This record gives sequence, C-alpha cells and structure tokens, in this order.
Amino acid sequence: MRPVAVAGIGKTAFGAFPDRDLRSLAVEAGQKALENGHANASQVEAFYLGNFAGPSFTGQNHLAPYIASAMGITGVPATRFEAACASSGSAFFHAVSAVGAGLYDVVLVAGVEKMTSQSTPKVTEILAGAGDLCGEVRAGATFPALFAMIARRHMYQYGTTREQLASVAVKNHQNGAKNPLAHMRKVITMEQALAGKMIAEPLTVYDCSLISDGAAAVLIMPLDRVGDFTDKPVRVLAVAQTSDNVALDEKDDITTFRAVKTSAEKAYKLAGVKAADIGFAEVHDCFTIAEIIAIEDLGFVPKGEGGPYSLAGGTCLHGERPVNASGGLKSKGHPVGATGVGQICDVVEQIRGQAGERQVKRNSLGLAQNLGGSGATSVVTILGAA
Amino acid sequence: MTDLGAGTIYTETVVYSPPEAYVNDVPYQLAIVELAGGRRVTGRVIFEKAGERAQIGDRVEFAEFRNNVPFFKKQL
Repeated sequence: MRPVAVAGIGKTAFGAFPDRDLRSLAVEAGQKALENGHANASQVEAFYLGNFAGPSFTGQNHLAPYIASAMGITGVPATRFEAACASSGSAFFHAVSAVGAGLYDVVLVAGVEKMTSQSTPKVTEILAGAGDLCGEVRAGATFPALFAMIARRHMYQYGTTREQLASVAVKNHQNGAKNPLAHMRKVITMEQALAGKMIAEPLTVYDCSLISDGAAAVLIMPLDRVGDFTDKPVRVLAVAQTSDNVALDEKDDITTFRAVKTSAEKAYKLAGVKAADIGFAEVHDCFTIAEIIAIEDLGFVPKGEGGPYSLAGGTCLHGERPVNASGGLKSKGHPVGATGVGQICDVVEQIRGQAGERQVKRNSLGLAQNLGGSGATSVVTILGAA
Repeated sequence: MTDLGAGTIYTETVVYSPPEAYVNDVPYQLAIVELAGGRRVTGRVIFEKAGERAQIGDRVEFAEFRNNVPFFKKQL
C-alpha cells in the first residue's frame, strides 16, 4: 500500500435545515473539500459516498451519481456505502484502500444525511433498521433502548454511575458551544443533564446524540502528489474497518465493542503507534455510554475506568487526552451518514492547527472512531502530520 | 410455539420514546433474558401492577409469544 494523504476537507453546518435537501448539503461539503484541496471536479477519479438511509428519509435513491453529477463529477465510479452510522467511515476506508492500492489518485469521499424532515417516532423507526428487525427491534428496541441496555450492564459490571455518563454530555456541550458548525451550541450543567426527559432508562435526552441534517467531505490522494495541491496535507497513517454481530443479544459481552477493539488493534499496528501515543480523538458518542466504552476499547483507559476518567476531566479539551473537542455527536450533531467523514475533517483541522477555540495542544497524532449500529461495524482512522 | 422456560435478566431498560409501531405501548420494559443453556433472547417483561420493574439478575419465566416476541414475567 502506498501512503495516502488528505488534501482537503469540507463540512456543512450540522443542524435542522427545513429548506435544504440532501443533495444540496452533500454538494456544499464536496465543493468545499475540493476548494480546500485546490482541486476541481474534473480531476476527481472516483466518488465514494457514505449515507445510511437517504432512501428511507427522503425517498431518493441512486444517491452517489445523483450527488456527484451535481458537483460536475461524471464519467467515473460513484458509489454509495451503507454501514449504519459508520457509513461514511466505511466509504473512507474503501476510498483510502483504493488509492493506497494504486487504483486512483484523486478521490472525493463524502457523507450525508437528511433526517429532520421526518417525525421523531419515524426517525426512531428508520434508525432501528440498523438493528435486528426480526429480534430486538420487533420486541420494541430503539437505538436509545439498545444503548440503555448496554449502559445498565456497564453500570452493573463496573459501577459506572449516572453522573459519569452525564459528565460526557456536559463536556461535549462545552466543546460544541465553541464550534460554529455545531447543531446545539449550548452549555449544559450536570443538574440539567441528570434531570433530562427520560428516553430509555437510564438514558435521558441529554445522553442521546442529536437528529441532524448535514454533510462532510474529504479529498484524498497519494502522499507523493499531495504537495502539488496543498501546503497543509495530513497523512492517513492507518484506517481499519471490522465487523461483528448486528443483534445485541448475540454478543458475549455487551460492555465492550469487539469490532472497535479489533479495528483499533489493526489501526495501531498499521500506523506503528500505541494507544498512549494518540494525542486526541474524535469518538462515536451516539450516546454518552458509547464514549465511555470507546475510550476503554481504544485502550486510552483500562476496562471499566471510562466513567471515572470522564468524570475526573481526563477527556476535557485541556485534559490529559481530549476526546470530542468538536462537541461530538452529542453537541455537534449526528447526521448519521455524515458522521464518519465529519470526524475525519475535525481531526484534520486539529492537526493543521485550525481548530480555533477548540484547538488541542498535543495535535500531531489524532484518531477517529466511527461505530455502526450497536457495534456491528467499526472504522478506526489514525491521522498525523504529513 | 416453544415454551422458552425460565431465565435471568442479563440487562434491561424501560422505553419512553418508542418507534412508530409501539407508540401506544410506552412505557414498556425491554430485556435481554439469558435462558437455560446460555442462549439470550430480547423480549418484554410484563407485570400485573403498573410501575413494577425487573432488574439485572432477576429470575423471569416465559409467559407467551405475541407477534413472535417473547414476553416474560417475574418469577415469584
């Protein structure tokens, strides 16, 4: 595999945009990434799109060429990848693999989701399609319910507390308030987080990420060409995708995500680094418990210590290992198909030193972890200064 | 249909924000039940009195299937 670098990034704001359609969001992000990487549409040799449920949310299918052509990208492969909330992480994995293998040079990867045009019960039902429809979902499981059951078991096995869960939400809202593109730029207190409306016990509305519209894109190419496009390249040191059972009741231990552990192990090995070397991370906090488990599975803290570490401030912006300096899915927003590439954009911004008020100090090596469903897909990416 | 027998609550939650199909059921208790032999199934736990709950480690017994979903009740 030849080394691959990110030349450009582009993000829309995340939020509820009643007057924006799916395509216009994706096009905005894609064009920003091209502009940021000083490339034009005619140079793009393949378009990879991550999108979870555009056809269910909007009715529109055949999304990749639909979006690519609106950006002026035609005559090249344009393909959609679906892996639940890891859809664009998976698109990125496949795009980097193709560029690394020498199939293409200049590739645009985008992620998009348009969710807010549907009612919350309808969104809940569409999202539940990432679970096992014949088992857990038929019984009445929603994604908050699945992660609530994970949280309950984590609390039972490791003594994790409601305050520890809430501390993740408080921290991510503090960070998101500093992010001009975040969906909910609002600081919340521990008291508010604990007193939120109950969604699925023990998770309140403040433990859950947001239902958002948004898109993100990255322009990638071989490292040896990136200097022709930008003076701010960021190297893709590793990207690994792994899988596991979809149904929660088929997993031996639901307090850990086996796919996150295996993809992280692969990524650390490929990059030649250890968990302790990672300066900062964007992790998949679709629920507060998911961030606590992520920092355990990624090896940032020992198993069972994610809760105490979070409450003690270890993951804060100026803590020992900043996690979700962007505000995370919790505050930045979670347009599911855009999330994976959005995280990569956020890590690139940090490495370039362009994160403004959210800038972390140890910024030379960053990690992005994108989770699909209740852990059936995981993509871990490690990025570093080129 | 098969009687699933008795089992133990492996994990549980009470759902307040349901999918469209279950808006009339809330709140309801959802649980993963570990059956004899170790197989786990996801189902509902039902009670005679409103507000009752089963917790991790509680013993439950199979009551019936409704629309292919196993319903359990707490063992007395």
